[in-house]
Amino acid sequence: MTAPLVEMRNISISFGGVKAVDDVSVDLNGGEVVGLLGHNGAGKSTLIKILSGAYHASHGEIYIDGQKATIRSPRDARSYNIETIYQTLALADNLDASSNLFLGRELVTPLGFVNDDAMEAETRKIMARLNPNFKKFNVPVAALSGGQRQSVAIARAVYFNARILIMDEPTAALGPHETQMVAELIQQLKAQGIGIFLISHDIHDVMELCDRASVMKNGKLVGSVDVKDVTDDDLLGMIILGKKPAHLA
Amino acid sequence: MSATPTGSLTDTKRANLLQMLEIDTRLLGMIGAFLVISLGFDLLTEGRFLTPRNIFNLTIQTVSVAIMASGMVFIIVMRHIDLSVGALLATTSAVMAMTQTYILPDMLGLGLGNPLIAPITIVVGLIVGSIIGAFHGYLIGYLAIPSFIVTLGGLLVWRNVAWYLTDGQTIGPLDPIFQKFGGVNGTLGVSLSWGLAILGVLATAATLYAARRNKITHEAYVKPLWAEIALGALLSAIIIGFTAILNSYQIPVRRLQRMFERLGETMPEGFVAAYGLPISALVLLVVAIAMTLIARRTRLGRYIFATGGNPDAAELSGINTRLLTVKIFALMGLLTAISAVVASSRLANHSNDIGTLDELRVIAAAVIGGTALSGGIGTIHGAILGALIMQSLQSGMAMVGVDAPFQNIVVGSVLVLAVLIDIVYRRKTGEKI
Repeated sequence: MTAPLVEMRNISISFGGVKAVDDVSVDLNGGEVVGLLGHNGAGKSTLIKILSGAYHASHGEIYIDGQKATIRSPRDARSYNIETIYQTLALADNLDASSNLFLGRELVTPLGFVNDDAMEAETRKIMARLNPNFKKFNVPVAALSGGQRQSVAIARAVYFNARILIMDEPTAALGPHETQMVAELIQQLKAQGIGIFLISHDIHDVMELCDRASVMKNGKLVGSVDVKDVTDDDLLGMIILGKKPAHLA
Repeated sequence: MSATPTGSLTDTKRANLLQMLEIDTRLLGMIGAFLVISLGFDLLTEGRFLTPRNIFNLTIQTVSVAIMASGMVFIIVMRHIDLSVGALLATTSAVMAMTQTYILPDMLGLGLGNPLIAPITIVVGLIVGSIIGAFHGYLIGYLAIPSFIVTLGGLLVWRNVAWYLTDGQTIGPLDPIFQKFGGVNGTLGVSLSWGLAILGVLATAATLYAARRNKITHEAYVKPLWAEIALGALLSAIIIGFTAILNSYQIPVRRLQRMFERLGETMPEGFVAAYGLPISALVLLVVAIAMTLIARRTRLGRYIFATGGNPDAAELSGINTRLLTVKIFALMGLLTAISAVVASSRLANHSNDIGTLDELRVIAAAVIGGTALSGGIGTIHGAILGALIMQSLQSGMAMVGVDAPFQNIVVGSVLVLAVLIDIVYRRKTGEKI
């Protein structure tokens, strides 16, 4: 059997004596969507920020394709083709869509100057695929609607050939129509063999979009289950009670 | 955005036209304000404000603050502040004064008047300014001390380091080549000025053409050709007009006679010569172009604005915001040292109070020029225009004979008013405040 795309083994991290993530192991295969569930403060976002390079784990290791990976910064994570769509979107509101899309990875001219026109052209191409209604290329993203901002954040993650995609509450700020678009996008990316961690509050979303779900409570992993083996209520029980359902335990 | 009331039809039309031509309405407003101030003072002074002589003086008086204001834009865009620029100007000026009048000629034995003195002095000054700036940046970026505190401390420290270095004495006269950067002592004369103006016009045309061609190859939006040509014509008219005005400011006869006497010749009867473009204004021009390039066309600039707009997003995009802080403060130090060259050579000596209150003028210029203290927004040309507006107000009031206390009361009020107008403007256009 081939090694999983991502394996996070025995990850722990503390903030001022509080163990935000305590000895958690999760894994993800290519072409698979794994949902991360839990209450606010359960540690899902913290766990994922370790993978995306925003935090450093105090214990534990990360393996990518079975090889030990050293991720000390967002830049390192990007070099492993890990892309993240943050809940806050992490957009610089004063810059336009293409500047945000290429932030930290600007296209440059032979003289080393940033090539805004080329970046805008690339942005138009990817947007035509992701969100054909998107037209506001030359205004700061502050002037965009929630859905448009979300599509900029998604475009940024997708454009650079992500192999591992982290989506932190991607539909939290969206209307039903845009939520549907994100759902379709996830299916599409999955079909391309990309592995996706989907952090969500919404059990319904997870049941619909994910192959497996890992549930966290108080920084600890309650368990990882195949979504087809469980019901909504089973997942809810794991979140609230912190116990695996009886038929799987 | 749906809550914004829709304007009348003509309003929307006008907004569309401005958008189509990519004209910055805020810049337009500032230029308008500047014209009103200039014409107003010209009326009040019965035509003495808009003379070649006064425009020349305004130019050379604005340069020092304008150079520093361009650096302050980056600082404020990154959500920091630098209160130490006036004091740092004094320290770098003191270092350069000592270098050119004592260390190089006496200690190292180059002798007074050696042509190497000015270049070595300037290099020393720029290095000292950059190092001190980088040190501020290190304290702010890596040790996380608020920039307000670091530079408030810096204000006291560097003001008094300057005092200590020179024992509080005025040091001068400065090296004659060094003095060329000050203004009256260093101008290009008529033919060189015209040559440069023509070069400027050609460069403007080439830049506009290249930008348009690049846009077309990438199928990006281009404005109508007539608008592009009109913009080019307007910029060319400004360059040529400004040069023509400075070329018509003739050097006073008495001064010319002294210049000839110094060369051991007598002045021919009826000889006239004009100042032309001051070298200090060219220094500002080079700084302005370089800073605008950095802001708009380099990764450094992109990261400065991204960090100002959303520090967390910048960090998550892999931008090293700590190192970036060191870089912008080092750049501020470098620009402060350049300003020190201009300011001290304009006065022909280093005085102990040089640069006093410059930090406030510089911050005011940047803010009047549309730099938002909340970060992420600001332009170099805006800050320079802001410096020009401040200097015009100050000089104009002095010419009209407004009492000294009232001058500062007006300048202070204008600063607050300008920010208020900016806030109202941003609220109307739905921009971030």
